[in-house]
Amino acid sequence: MTITQFVLVATALFSLGLYGVITRRNAVLVLASVELMLAAVNLNMVSFDTYLQDQLHAGQMMSLFIIALAAAEVGIGIAIILMIYRNLHTADVDELNRMKG
Amino acid sequence: MTVSVADWFSEAANWAFLIIALPTLFAGWRTVSANNIVRAVLYLVVALAGTAALFFMLGAPFVGWTVVLVYIGAVIILFLIGIMITRAPLGVETELSHPAKVRIPVGLLSVVLFGVIAYATVDSFSNTMLEPFEPTATADLSNLLYSRWVIPFEVVSLVLLAALIGGITLARRDDPEDRR
Amino acid sequence: MNLLATIIPQIILATEEGGHAEEAAHAIVPGITSGALVEWAWLIPVVPLVAAFLIVFFGRKSPFKGWLMAELSIGFVAVYGTVLFVLNATQGIVYEGQVEIARIGELTLEWGWMVDGLSIMMYFLVGVVGLLVFTYAKSYMHGDIRFTWFFASFSLFAGGMLVLVASPNMIQLIVGWELVGVASYLLIGHYWEDLTNVDAANTAFMVNKVADAGLFLGVIIMAVSVGSFRFNDVIDVVVHGEEGALSQYAFWAGLLIFIGAMGKSAQFPLHIWLPDAMAGPTPVSALMHAATMVTAGVYLLGRLFPFYIDPSGLFGGDVRNIIIVIGGITLFLMGFLAVVQDDLKKVLAYSTVSQLGYMVAAMGAGAYTAGLFHLFTHAFFKALLFLAAGSIIHAVHSNNMVDMGGLRKKMPITFWTFVMGTLALVGIFPFAGFFSKDEILASIRYAGESGQEVANLILFLGIAGAFLTAFYMMRLVALTFFGTYKGHAKPHESPKMMVYPMIGLAFFALTAGWVNIPGVYTGFTTWVATREPLTGMGDHHSESFDWTLVAITSAVVATSLVIAWLLYGKDADTQSERDRFRIPGLWPLFQNLYYIPSFYMRAIVRPIMGPMANAVLWFDMHVIDAVVNGVGAGSVVFARVVRATDEDVVDTVYNATAAATGASGSVLRKAVSGRVQQYAAFSFIGVLVIVVLFIVF
Repeated sequence: MTITQFVLVATALFSLGLYGVITRRNAVLVLASVELMLAAVNLNMVSFDTYLQDQLHAGQMMSLFIIALAAAEVGIGIAIILMIYRNLHTADVDELNRMKG
Repeated sequence: MTVSVADWFSEAANWAFLIIALPTLFAGWRTVSANNIVRAVLYLVVALAGTAALFFMLGAPFVGWTVVLVYIGAVIILFLIGIMITRAPLGVETELSHPAKVRIPVGLLSVVLFGVIAYATVDSFSNTMLEPFEPTATADLSNLLYSRWVIPFEVVSLVLLAALIGGITLARRDDPEDRR
Repeated sequence: MNLLATIIPQIILATEEGGHAEEAAHAIVPGITSGALVEWAWLIPVVPLVAAFLIVFFGRKSPFKGWLMAELSIGFVAVYGTVLFVLNATQGIVYEGQVEIARIGELTLEWGWMVDGLSIMMYFLVGVVGLLVFTYAKSYMHGDIRFTWFFASFSLFAGGMLVLVASPNMIQLIVGWELVGVASYLLIGHYWEDLTNVDAANTAFMVNKVADAGLFLGVIIMAVSVGSFRFNDVIDVVVHGEEGALSQYAFWAGLLIFIGAMGKSAQFPLHIWLPDAMAGPTPVSALMHAATMVTAGVYLLGRLFPFYIDPSGLFGGDVRNIIIVIGGITLFLMGFLAVVQDDLKKVLAYSTVSQLGYMVAAMGAGAYTAGLFHLFTHAFFKALLFLAAGSIIHAVHSNNMVDMGGLRKKMPITFWTFVMGTLALVGIFPFAGFFSKDEILASIRYAGESGQEVANLILFLGIAGAFLTAFYMMRLVALTFFGTYKGHAKPHESPKMMVYPMIGLAFFALTAGWVNIPGVYTGFTTWVATREPLTGMGDHHSESFDWTLVAITSAVVATSLVIAWLLYGKDADTQSERDRFRIPGLWPLFQNLYYIPSFYMRAIVRPIMGPMANAVLWFDMHVIDAVVNGVGAGSVVFARVVRATDEDVVDTVYNATAAATGASGSVLRKAVSGRVQQYAAFSFIGVLVIVVLFIVF
């Protein structure tokens, strides 16, 4: 197994996630795309951890923290989407253009 | 240590890698392009599961199980709840993405991004093989977590606490007494 | 005591009856030429100047509202000056300290401090007389609304005077000269609420400025000819008899510098400012216009004395005739004016001018020691007379003798000190003036006998001047202190702080003359001769009294005193009745001060104020304004052109720019759509670009 193959997979997932973040109209799906990107990053971290044979396992520890923080982020994000829905009765991000200038 | 392409295909582990990676990528693709919202989220499940499997392959079982438990177990549930609460169109095919006018340039952007990073990667690492490794023992991880990484650990726990409180505060319905 | 050791043998060897010692044999060897005492002497001018500065800013809040700072600074000068004076008397000091400030071509500007016999005498005078006057002034100026400012100006004056007498070069002398001029202006105009006082201050300043033109030109000629501003460099050239640029222009340089001295020392015809200067407070009159500032001219002549004594005949020797004549005219004519004054201070002022005439005449006769000796003694007794006059004025609240009379019993200390000052001024043995005036007359006589023919005339004027001096002083004393009191105030003796300085000065008025008794002790001669060049100042001084002259002068003075007493001593109901004597025929001339001030007014001041000013005004209005208006009209036309350009060209450009901005704005506005995903897209494009850059480069 080469390091390249894992990193390429992670890169692809990251790019897909980016595509989803910009393309999707539903706020929840935008969050989901962000999750995809984070997963890609995790994969990157762990691959390099293995590649470098790190004694401190920095990569794996980082990815654990990323998972925890991602979970927290999704929780808050959903709460925010909920609030937006309550006020605007829509979850369509195109409607969220109050900062238009 | 490098490997040639021919040798790569002769390793069983690499075949296993391909069997896991390709569906993962496909699932990722469907997550961002499906027009059925529930299916999009469920495709995300598959993608996450795929990454968990890859973690196992990389000798990080603990992380892999954590992904399964936390991501697939909890986060996806949150997504589904979010879909439900925002009364997204369930079960029907709707336009969940921006029109092609937006999709094509963005797609181009993604492809270019991928290309650039891939190029950088291949240029740097090309055929370098991973050294033989043992799967990481959870005990080692826990030792590290509570020694070397104890401060980030504590901070993250505080973040979770904050997120917990914040989430509850944000999502609370106004009580009748607040509406005086 | 090594100085006396060189002189006494000379005295013993002199064989001539009433002989005069030739000086070339004297070689004065100064005992002190370096050391901390002289190296730190630069403080002498600086301390009062610093005090002046401090008093201006901090005076009001400091003890005694600034008087203490002034007193301490002048006290410092007095102590330092006395120490130097004593050491110069016992050992002799010659030192010149310099600090270079700038260079202009081959000329250098320096700040320096001379510590030699002449300067030390002046330090001693300014310090001691200044200290006594400052003490007096605290009481005299009590309650004055500008008390603090007064002492600031007074300290400025002291500093300026010391800069003047400390200067080893002509530029610094001019700095000091102007500083005392400024201080004089400020102090004369102290009571500026009254316009006449302001006019007096202006007169003093302007007349001095006219004289300064001469001073500046003279300095320039001298400095450029010699290639240096230093006095000793000029004297070097003179002593070595070098022919060159200086000898070519020496007459003009000497004359012009003397003109400068005439202004400061109020010689005829630039004397008019000194009597007017009596408008200032009496301490000012005492210190500045009697003892020190007015002596600056005499000091300058003394500083450049070798130039004027001119042993080789190449330099300023010819100017001496002019000097002695001016001095003689001054001393004689001013004496008459003193007789006709009713104002107490004006009498003393004209007396001062007259005495300055004596000093200048002595310089003109080539009598260095005599002139400076009279400067020395005159400082003490004239300051005393002024302080006593101030005491009287303070008591009767009037300057005019009309309001005085009979003050002998009411103000005894003032009376006795005034009498002592008068005796010194008139020249009665053993008071100071006797010795100094006698020395001057003897020197003038000697000069007349040695070839300066005009000196004989001046000698006659000098003796006549002694008559006049005795006459007007007796008149003053009689009208003021004798008879009955004619005024309306309740005069009483002045407070202690005013009286003690007067007593101190009275002591000096008695004893100051004893430092130069021909034939007995001539310390003063060597003290002031202790300077470059060290071979003495080339003047001739008596080895014993000129008994003939002493006899004539004493007789003249005695006669004058008796006549004056007979004329003015009797009492009457008013002072004008007592003051009845009028010099026949000449009285109106004297009353109008020889019509000189009115002449200046008509010939110089009014033409400038009147026709000249009108001419200048016409020129300004018709010529200059025409130009200005023309420029204005041109500007208007230009402005129209500019506006057209502005509207057509410039405005078009602006409008186009604005339109372009607006258009691009409406296009670019789409980037700020409020849609977050759009923002994300753009940021990732940016990230991409950076990554590419990192990879490629």
